[in-house]
Amino acid sequence: MEQVFTVGFLVAVLAAAIAAGSAILFACLGELLAERSGVLNLGVEGMMLIGALAGVAATLGTGNPWLGAGAAILAGAGMASIHALLAVGLKANQVVSGLALTLFGGGLSAFLGQRYVGLPLPASFGREPVPLLADLPLFGPILFRQDPLVYLSYALVPALWFFVYKTRAGLRLRALGERPEAADAMGIDVDRLRASYVVVGGALAGLGGAAISLGTNPGWTEGMTAGRGWIAVALVIFAGWNPARAALGAWLFGGVEAGQFRLQGAGVDISPFFLGMLPYLFTIVVLVLATRPGARHRLGAPAALGLPYQREERG
Amino acid sequence: MTITRRALVGSLSALALSGATVTVRGGLAATQEATPAGGGEPIKVAFIYVSPVGDLGWTWAHDQGRIALQEAMPNVETVFQESVPENPADAERVIRQFAEDGARIIFTTSFGYMDPTINVAESYPETVFVHISGFKTAANVGTGFGKIEEPRYVSGLIAGEMTESNQIGYVAAFPIPEVIRGINGFTLGVRETNPEATVRVVWTSTWFDPQKERQAAEALLDGGADVIAQHQDTPGPQQAAAARGAFGVGYNADMGTIAPDAVLTSPIWHWEVFYIDTVQKVLDGTWEPTQYWGGWQDGLVDLAPIGPMVPEDVRAMAEAEIDRFKSGEATIYTVFTGPINDQSGQERVPTGTAMTDEELLGMNWFVEGVEGEIPS
Repeated sequence: MEQVFTVGFLVAVLAAAIAAGSAILFACLGELLAERSGVLNLGVEGMMLIGALAGVAATLGTGNPWLGAGAAILAGAGMASIHALLAVGLKANQVVSGLALTLFGGGLSAFLGQRYVGLPLPASFGREPVPLLADLPLFGPILFRQDPLVYLSYALVPALWFFVYKTRAGLRLRALGERPEAADAMGIDVDRLRASYVVVGGALAGLGGAAISLGTNPGWTEGMTAGRGWIAVALVIFAGWNPARAALGAWLFGGVEAGQFRLQGAGVDISPFFLGMLPYLFTIVVLVLATRPGARHRLGAPAALGLPYQREERG
Repeated sequence: MTITRRALVGSLSALALSGATVTVRGGLAATQEATPAGGGEPIKVAFIYVSPVGDLGWTWAHDQGRIALQEAMPNVETVFQESVPENPADAERVIRQFAEDGARIIFTTSFGYMDPTINVAESYPETVFVHISGFKTAANVGTGFGKIEEPRYVSGLIAGEMTESNQIGYVAAFPIPEVIRGINGFTLGVRETNPEATVRVVWTSTWFDPQKERQAAEALLDGGADVIAQHQDTPGPQQAAAARGAFGVGYNADMGTIAPDAVLTSPIWHWEVFYIDTVQKVLDGTWEPTQYWGGWQDGLVDLAPIGPMVPEDVRAMAEAEIDRFKSGEATIYTVFTGPINDQSGQERVPTGTAMTDEELLGMNWFVEGVEGEIPS
């Protein structure tokens, strides 16, 4: 029992937390952008699966995992454009359109993925320690002995934070989600810009899928995201639509998941059913706290989230 | 987001739609018409799967059996439905649909389909039902399962030789007798070749979650394990072992294809042995609602090819053991013959006594050498 909470244990848990959290983080950042613009997209799971499969197919074809990641981004964006067309262009119910996307992505990836099951990849994203930084005490093993996609997420989080809060384009993005009629009055093409953010969000979800199929679990197995897309959707609320807090949420989720196995492995006498429940319990508690009456405003939920914009309704 | 009534109605109808989508997908992808050849009445055989056929795990193994059945018996037409939830409503609906559609034989391939199978079978006395891994039978319901502990034991012999830290990790799904028996069979093998080695068990509470299974394996590797065995349906644990330069023992499929540097071998299934035999018996009119529990000798279970990293002497030892099981000289009863102590060191099976089927099928204690708890 006493060997459990050593520095080495914590370092291992935190390093594993970041590795496991990166797939969720990409998807969460993508969903965050779409929701900031006022569009809820529940198709994250489907987009991640299609991204994961496209990544595998392209890597098998070219032998280069970066081209695989590129294909995953394109595939995720392609899936999201369906949602953009239905939910933004045709003003369909965003919940229904998103769920349909998840079902479609699951079925299509299963169908197209049949020939890829069990094929080993010629190359994938393995751990690549960053020279010098990897030797830092504590931070080195936690942050800088990860795979390249994780490093990409380190860059993406501050970049998106800066974009959302400090740039003119970010201001417009927030206006889309808060007061689309005001954005419209400013001369912004609301639907076009919203559609763009939905597509960018899908691209990031696709990359999140590739973080699994080219990173932690190289190769294709059907349904391999196993519900992580839904966790990403829930974490957007936890994050309060803030990219920095999204990173915190994704890594916390990864940490709870990684930590529970290490506690079991160390022989800590807590029921594995309880430990296995923790990540989901954590998500539910966060959702309950986040959606209390009154919390909605404080958390900064975009006021127009989920509402199609129609000019006639202005005023 | 505020949930409006419109959104709610919308999501409900989408959920209703999801049921339909899955059915259509199964239907589209599933039916593989055989060209009836060599006479004989065409016969329709249905399979119900718990996970996707592409999982490279449990369902994949069953589907390989279905494909082999289709190829071996040209007048058989096979249909399947994948990812069927184990709750009574969904399972009974799918089983009933296949019975209505004229399936002569219906295989239900997961433990949770036991009661739904029995319930539906009552309404279709002319149809033959076979439930995999359960224990309930009826006039037209038989069961089938395999002694996967035989190859698990031999994989344990190899793992015991290959470990250097004398710590072996075992990523396990759920604490049910099937999984516990497998852990025990494996551990008895490990301790046969390496009495110093221990097997540390971590429960994942999932059959299928690649990232989570990999996490569990990494936790074991961080704890000092250098061989990772598994009772899970994805190669996640083997990939974790490969990334650390450790070894592993896969399950269900030859996981050496996806982690060739790590996988020593994988206990695997040949379900076609049972499927072809059952269909032939039904055609001959000799089928009985028995409880089939096949072993290595029957060809139902096997080991995937042993990896090139295994030294020649270990390989020779393993192959000699494999021959003993294949010939029937050794069986699951040889593996589970006393003296066997439990975790606390107390003798549970006296010297020279073999455990009975009943004891094996209800096994709820770990043998000596296993580290970890069986949660209640």
